Amino acid sequence: MKFIDIFLNGEGGLFKPKTLTPAQKLVLRFVVVSLVYYFFALFEGMIMRVFQVDPSFMPAEQYFGILTAHPLVGIFGSTYSLVFGAFLFLVPFLMKKPLWSIKLGNWTFILITAGTMVFWLAGFLTEYAPLYTLYWPLPADFTQFDPLGGAIFITGIAIVMVGTVFFVINIFKTISYTPEGWEKQPSKALLASALGLDAFTNLFKKKEKQKEHLISLPVAAVARGTVDVALNAGIILFTGVLILVYMVSYLMGIDLKHTAIDALLYKNWFWWGLDLIADGLVLIFVAGTWYLLAMLITGKKLFMQNIARAALLVELVVSWTVWSHHLMSDQAQPGILKILSGELVTAFELITQGLAFFITLVTLWSARPLKMTNPLKFLLGGLLGFGLAVPAGIMQADIGLNRILHNTQWIIGPHVHVAVLVGLTMTLYSAVYILFPIVTNGAKLYSQKLANVHFWCHLVGGIGMGAFMGMAGLHGMLRRTIYYNGEFNLYMVLAALSGCLLFIAFLAFFYNIVMSLGLNGVLQIFTPSKLDAKNTVPAES
Amino acid sequence: MVDSQVVLWGQTIAYTCYTISIMSLMAWFAYKITRQGDTYKAPNKLFYVYVSVLIVAGVSLHIITYNTIPWAPMDINRAEIKADKVFDIRVANHQFYLPADTLFIKVGEKAMFNVTSDDLTYGFGLFRKDNSMLFQMQVVPGHNNDILWQFNKPGVYSIRSTEYSGPKGAQMIIDHAVEVIE
Repeated sequence: MKFIDIFLNGEGGLFKPKTLTPAQKLVLRFVVVSLVYYFFALFEGMIMRVFQVDPSFMPAEQYFGILTAHPLVGIFGSTYSLVFGAFLFLVPFLMKKPLWSIKLGNWTFILITAGTMVFWLAGFLTEYAPLYTLYWPLPADFTQFDPLGGAIFITGIAIVMVGTVFFVINIFKTISYTPEGWEKQPSKALLASALGLDAFTNLFKKKEKQKEHLISLPVAAVARGTVDVALNAGIILFTGVLILVYMVSYLMGIDLKHTAIDALLYKNWFWWGLDLIADGLVLIFVAGTWYLLAMLITGKKLFMQNIARAALLVELVVSWTVWSHHLMSDQAQPGILKILSGELVTAFELITQGLAFFITLVTLWSARPLKMTNPLKFLLGGLLGFGLAVPAGIMQADIGLNRILHNTQWIIGPHVHVAVLVGLTMTLYSAVYILFPIVTNGAKLYSQKLANVHFWCHLVGGIGMGAFMGMAGLHGMLRRTIYYNGEFNLYMVLAALSGCLLFIAFLAFFYNIVMSLGLNGVLQIFTPSKLDAKNTVPAES
Repeated sequence: MVDSQVVLWGQTIAYTCYTISIMSLMAWFAYKITRQGDTYKAPNKLFYVYVSVLIVAGVSLHIITYNTIPWAPMDINRAEIKADKVFDIRVANHQFYLPADTLFIKVGEKAMFNVTSDDLTYGFGLFRKDNSMLFQMQVVPGHNNDILWQFNKPGVYSIRSTEYSGPKGAQMIIDHAVEVIE
C-alpha cells in the first residue's frame, strides 16, 4: 500500500468504523481526546523545561499559568478521559451486559473534553495561577489574579466534575441494573460484591462457607476506585463553589473576608480530597488494571485472588486516612496526625501497592514462557514505575526527611512524575495495546518498530526526568519557583533531554495509531454508530 | 546535631542502591519470563513472608529516622524544649520582616523561629551558599508557625520562601540573613 493510502485508510484497510458499536466508538473518542490532551500536557511540560533552563524565555506570570494548567490537563483531560473511556467499555464488556446509558457516557465525554478546554483557555488567556494546590486564600487573591478569568477557570473544573459524576452513576448503574429482557438482577448483592464487602467477610470464614463473588476482580477494582472518584468530585465541586462565591462577590463589588476561612483547615480539607485521587483511585485503578492485564496476558487465574480483593478494600480505606503526609511541614498541624496519618497509614501504601506488585509478578511468572508483547512490556514498565515511585513517596512521608525534602524537586520528580509518567501511563498504554484489537474489531498495528521506540523512549525518558529532578531536589532545588542564575542548570538540561525522549515516544505512538486506523477512520469515530447499543462488541465477534 | 546534608547523602546512597536493585530485578524478570522454565506454583508462605518484609520495611523506616535524625524528636517535643534564642518573623505582601538585618546565632545554640503571615500561605527555609537546603517549614496565615533548630557549625544562610504564593513569591529571598558564629 502506498503511504497516502495507509494514512487515509489505515494499515491494510482493516479498520472499518462502520462495524463499531456505540460502546466501541465511545471508548475510541475518549482515547483520541486523551491523546490530544496528553500532547497539551507534554508540550506545556517542554515549554516549562526550557523556562527552567532560561527564565528569560517567557514572563513569570505565564510560566505559573502553565504550571497551574499542566497537571490539571494531564489528570482530567488526559488520564480521566482514558480511564473513564476504558472503564465505560470494560465494565459492560467483562460483565457481558450493556452499558446502562450510552447517552450518559457521551455526556461524560463531552463535559470532560469541554470543561478541560474551558479551564485551559481561561488559564492561558488570563494567567490565573494559584496552582493546583489552591492554598487559601491564594485562589481568591484578586490583587494578583483576575477574578473573571478565575471564575471561568473554576467553572471549567466544575464542568469536568459534573462529567465525572455522570461516569460514577453510569458505572454503578451498569453493575447493578437489570437490562431489558434479562432475569431480575440482585442489585444489592452485586453492589456489595463490587465494593468488596463479601471479599472482606470471606477472609474470616471457612472455605466451604465463603460466598461466591458475583463480580469479577477487575470490575470490583473499578467499583472501589469509583467510590474515591465520587468523593473527590464532591470535594472539588464544594471547593470550586467556595472559590466562586468569593470571585462572584468581588465582581459584584462585595469583598468577602479571607479570614472567614481557616487556611489550615482548608488545607486539610483540600488534601483529604486530592489524596482520593493521588493515593486512592489511581492506586486502586492501577492495581485493578494490573490484575486484569496479568489475567488477559497469561490466561490464568490471579495468584492469591481473595487477598487481592480484600487489599483493594483496605486500599480504599487507606486512601481516606493518609492526607496528613502533605502537612508534615505545617507546624500547626497536630503531631498525632503527622505520625498516624502522615507516617504510619501512609506506610500502608507500601504494603497495599507492594501486594499488587507481587501478585501481578507471580501471576505472570506462573505462565512462563511468555512472549514479550507490547502489553507485557508496558505492563512491566508500569510495575517498575510504581516500584520506584512508591518508596520515594514513603521516604518523604517521614517527619525527619520531610523537613529537608518538602517542596523540593524530589517530590515532583522521583515520586510524582515517575508515578504518573512511568507507573500510571505505561500501565494505561499496556491496556491500550491489549484493547486495541478488541475495540477496533481487529485493526492491525502499523509498525512494531514504532511501538518499540515508544516503549524505550518513554521508559528511559520518564525515569531519566524523574532521576535528574530528584538529584536537583536533593541539592536543594525547590519546585514552584524560579532560579534566575542557572543554579541547577546541569540537572534541568538533563531533565529537558529526558523530556525530549518522552516527546519522541508520544510522536511515535500517535503516528503509529493514526497510520493503523487511518485519518478517515479516526474522523468517523466521532460520527454516531448505527449498531445496536445493547452489544458492547459486534454480536458476531 | 548531625547536619542535614549528611542525612541527604545517606538518603541518596540508600535510594540509589534501591533503584539499581529494583531495575535489575525487573530486567532479570523480563528476561526470565520469556524463557522456558519449570511450572512454578508460588507457595502462599512466600506471599506472607513478602508481606511481613513490607510491614517491617514501612515501619522501621520511621523508627530508624526518628532515632537517628536529631531534629525529628526535637520537632515533636519542641514545646517542652527551651530555646537559646527566639526570633519573631513576620511575612506580608511577599516580604519577610526580620527583627534584624542579620540574625546571629552561636554554634551549639538552639534557635526558635516564630513566623507568622498576614496574608497568604508562604514557606520559610534556610539555605546554604551552595543553594542546598538546611531546613524548611510552611507558613500558614492565622496560625503560629515555629521551628526549633540546633546549629552545630559556623555558616551563613539565606532565607527563602519555600511555598508558592503567586509569581512574586519567587523573589522572596534574603541573602546573609542568618549567621552562625563560634
